[in-house]
Amino acid sequence: MVEDFVGDVLNALRLILQGDPTVLSTTARSLGVSGLATLLAAPWAVPVAWVIALGNFRGKKIVKAFFNTLLGIPTVVLGLILYLLFSKSGPLGLLQLLYTPLGMAIGQSILIAPIMISFGTSSIEATSSEVRDLAKTLGASDLQVSLVVAREAIGGIILSIVAAFNRAFSELGIAMMIGGNIANVTRVLTTTIALETAKGDVALSIALGIVLLTIVFCLNLVVNLLRRT
Amino acid sequence: MVSLEVEHLSKSFGPIKALNDVSFNIRGKGITSIVGTSGAGKTTLLRLIAGLEEPSRGRVLLDGRPETPPTLRKRATLVFQKSVMFSSTVYENLAYGLRIRGVPSDEIRQRVEEVLKLVRLERYGGRTAKKLSGGEQQRVSLARALILQPEVLLLDEPTANLDSGNAGIIESILKETALHRMILLATHNLSQALRLATGVIHLCEGSVVEEGPSEDLLSNPRDERTRRLINGQL
Repeated sequence: MVEDFVGDVLNALRLILQGDPTVLSTTARSLGVSGLATLLAAPWAVPVAWVIALGNFRGKKIVKAFFNTLLGIPTVVLGLILYLLFSKSGPLGLLQLLYTPLGMAIGQSILIAPIMISFGTSSIEATSSEVRDLAKTLGASDLQVSLVVAREAIGGIILSIVAAFNRAFSELGIAMMIGGNIANVTRVLTTTIALETAKGDVALSIALGIVLLTIVFCLNLVVNLLRRT
Repeated sequence: MVSLEVEHLSKSFGPIKALNDVSFNIRGKGITSIVGTSGAGKTTLLRLIAGLEEPSRGRVLLDGRPETPPTLRKRATLVFQKSVMFSSTVYENLAYGLRIRGVPSDEIRQRVEEVLKLVRLERYGGRTAKKLSGGEQQRVSLARALILQPEVLLLDEPTANLDSGNAGIIESILKETALHRMILLATHNLSQALRLATGVIHLCEGSVVEEGPSEDLLSNPRDERTRRLINGQL
């Protein structure tokens, strides 16, 4: 039993070191889809976080609670909703997004936007109050105050974007339901791990799992190092 | 020389009345101390004069002219009780206020050097501001306000959390600055008020209880609440 496990791990490492085409192509596809999802979400989610954090409007607490609730939405439930929307008979069926990388990226962007909004809002709120007062008393205009707050909160905002990317990169439900796990088209790291484990090719699953965790770890390490400098 | 008039200033935060109909006049250079216990309204009063809060009622006049919060922010600068540093070097922290005023970089460099010398942090320009000790950060905060040469310098308990060494440095800088600038110093430290200030305003539960020359007021108070403050009974 232990020998089998050790053998699978060694085979997994061999696949990674030899640059196995399945490992490489699946990793590239995962990075592409999740990267696109992050690019689709960030341009609107970060400004929304900004407005919630710095705005003074009625229902602010309810809006924050709404996005906090969305953090816990199961990916299969979101996947199911999007499947119904994107399917041929669904209201967005004409767009032909089902079983496409673009459809997966759109689905993942909806999943991760609340992460950017909630974490981003907290980060901006944490820095804004004292820094705003400081900039104001030094004579800054409203625009200059906003720029200072942005500069001070940038580390937290980047962290929220990275956390969102990690979520997209490691989720399974949307990738499976919207992508359909089609070889060389929509098969990504998580769906391949699930499929190959079911088929009994544990070594490939372990290899992909190691790659997935290594990428997430390296990304976080780089962000933390950048924040320190 | 600048004159500061506070007229019937009130500030409420929801149901809480932080300041209630506060009025006083201060003329020219020197230190006026606002004394009172925690929660007396000292910080709120300074924030209103600094233009960081809108008053619920009343107004602040400088040189006889009513000022709005944005115009107050151009003429008065507040040093907070808790030091807040931008995530950058000491130099950048000090240069910020001058930069947004469009001061040329050569002049900024010269003024930063001067003010660093004043607060005895000559070789600290390149240091990360947030990594300094609490006392050093408070000296940078003071320098960051002084570099702007505000007509009114507002200080909210600037030595409250400091060791005696750093507190002494800050007090000596304030004495020197008071020779040519109006300073309002909020403190609960009565001996500090006596050491530094020429005038004292006693604030209690959001209202002015008593005001006058510091030695007179602190040695011979007329109001019972001031007497209790001096005796440590408030």
